[in-house]
Amino acid sequence: MSAGDFDNARDAGGATDSIRSQAVAAAVVSAARTRRYGSWYVAEHRFRVMRSYAQTVLFTAIGSSLVYLYAMGVGLASLVDGNLGDNAVNGVSYLEFLAPALLASSAIAVASEEFSYPIMLGFKWNPTFFGMNASSIQPGQIINGIVISVAARMLLTCAIFSVFMLIFGAVPGPLGAVAVLVALLTGLSFGALLMAYTATLKDDTGQLAMVQRFVILPMTLFSGTFFPLDVLPTYLQWLGWISPLWHGTELSRVFAYGRPEPIWLSVLHALYLAALLAVGWIWARRLTAARLNKCGFRRRSSLLLARHGCSEAVVSVSITPVMRAA
Amino acid sequence: MPEPVIVTRNLVKSYSVNGSKNFVAVDGISFEVAPGESFGLLGPNGAGKSTTMRLIGAVSTRTSGDLTVLGLDPNRYGPEIRSQLGVVPQENNLDLELKVRENLLVYGRYFGLPRARVARRADELLEFAQLQDKATAKVDDLSGGMKRRLTIARALINDPRILLLDEPTTGLDPQARHILWDRLFRLKEQGTTLLVTTHYMDEAEQLCDRLIVVDKGRIMAEGSPADLIRRYSSREVLEVRFGSAQNAEVADRLQSFGGSGFGERVDVLPDRILVYSDSGERELERMTAAGLHPITSLVRRSSLEDVFLRLTGRNLIE
Repeated sequence: MSAGDFDNARDAGGATDSIRSQAVAAAVVSAARTRRYGSWYVAEHRFRVMRSYAQTVLFTAIGSSLVYLYAMGVGLASLVDGNLGDNAVNGVSYLEFLAPALLASSAIAVASEEFSYPIMLGFKWNPTFFGMNASSIQPGQIINGIVISVAARMLLTCAIFSVFMLIFGAVPGPLGAVAVLVALLTGLSFGALLMAYTATLKDDTGQLAMVQRFVILPMTLFSGTFFPLDVLPTYLQWLGWISPLWHGTELSRVFAYGRPEPIWLSVLHALYLAALLAVGWIWARRLTAARLNKCGFRRRSSLLLARHGCSEAVVSVSITPVMRAA
Repeated sequence: MPEPVIVTRNLVKSYSVNGSKNFVAVDGISFEVAPGESFGLLGPNGAGKSTTMRLIGAVSTRTSGDLTVLGLDPNRYGPEIRSQLGVVPQENNLDLELKVRENLLVYGRYFGLPRARVARRADELLEFAQLQDKATAKVDDLSGGMKRRLTIARALINDPRILLLDEPTTGLDPQARHILWDRLFRLKEQGTTLLVTTHYMDEAEQLCDRLIVVDKGRIMAEGSPADLIRRYSSREVLEVRFGSAQNAEVADRLQSFGGSGFGERVDVLPDRILVYSDSGERELERMTAAGLHPITSLVRRSSLEDVFLRLTGRNLIE
């Protein structure tokens, strides 16, 4: 709010006496900070919540890195490399082929955890979003804050994973560190969509478990994670093309071991992920605004009414006298 | 007189239900609240009290009419208005994953307050809410009354000018209610403006300087509790029971007795008959003299419940 706005507000309200003009002055100062930093305040809240399960965060990050790298990267790899030689897939060892994909998958795992039940929790089971909304925070800032906090957890998880990749000797090139950022983008792009979907749910009657089973699991299996997409029959390859994990994995491999790929395709991978992230993020913000403001999204509802040839005000005016008469 | 902090004029809020039919939750409500005043919205469930609170709390957009809070329009200055409000919602929405004190810490930050100041204020408020011993407890382990007090403490973290309380003591036992009322009295003494919705008439009488009686989204009456009782009821009420089978029949006799009937007015409820009068004892004596012997009888002061019954023909709690 600018100084001019402030004057308008004061004049509009006719705040001439001290109590009210003091209040308005305090309101302007206080709200200006929240308008600017509100998303970070929400993130701060989420970090505090995460601290209550910090052990789980670290344990899953370290534990699952070890389990996957050992089971697939060492166990399965010895079988694959034993049969196909040291440059088994894409001209690199199976471990080198697999590790960037597992890195992207670990970001997806964080996303599927943090963008599902915690969203349901905030709207329904422990409606903290409504509490935030009653303060100076705005609905969009709640979503921003969640994205910020989950991104931080995801980055930590991926960083830990990449350290284990180094220890296991799974990263031949120095650009491997960029793969961590690619994994982050992958996790967030899928996560934003999941968050928006969860925000549409009034009740959880098993939808989130279905997403785990019929979206996330197949996505992990058919995104060129354990085998290149082109070994699948052509009529199944679209599964990979729509999957953010496939795009993330492919891009991740480019940086991890220099998988040959035309530059336009790499750009396309990044753009696809960025587009999903934008769509999911904006969609989630809108749904949240509509849900926290029970009247719905004002701009949209007045547009809707305008399309039907009337404005909101007209609708209520025409109804009021009828109700009165009754 | 100082300028009002809340002004509503012909405030209307309607929802579309299933996309077509309009449900009018708030139907042309107008009132003003002065700074430091304790103002109540009394009415049954579904009267539109909570919707009115949400409109004033700048978390719901009005359909039509005028509304200003601290002279500001919530449609434009939502965050500004909310920065000066404390909100105690009907359903607690404390963060159950955080400890008691942490709930205050994170909430204070939402108003852009520096960490050190929030921490100091949190300790003061824990004391005010008599929860010092519970600072590191889990929210879930608190009793209903304690959770309510914590919610009030949280609502006060930003030193609000106006405190909105939606059904503050619903579901609490009598002792917990009295502790809570005591805390709210203190706030009132300090000059905080209180806006309270309730369907308990004793709560409205305890807390409110002035109130509106709301039913079906409209204002039925406005005034101080004593004023409303004077206007719409008698000084005393005699409650008599003749057994559910006979109440209606006896009531007819009471209404027509000796031409003008008993008291100023007689109302029949399913389980009892109410006789409104300046002196309940006198009516009871007349009744006994006339050979009518109720199974039970009770003389009491008139309350807002009677006002509501008179205005709407219905009980407040159904």
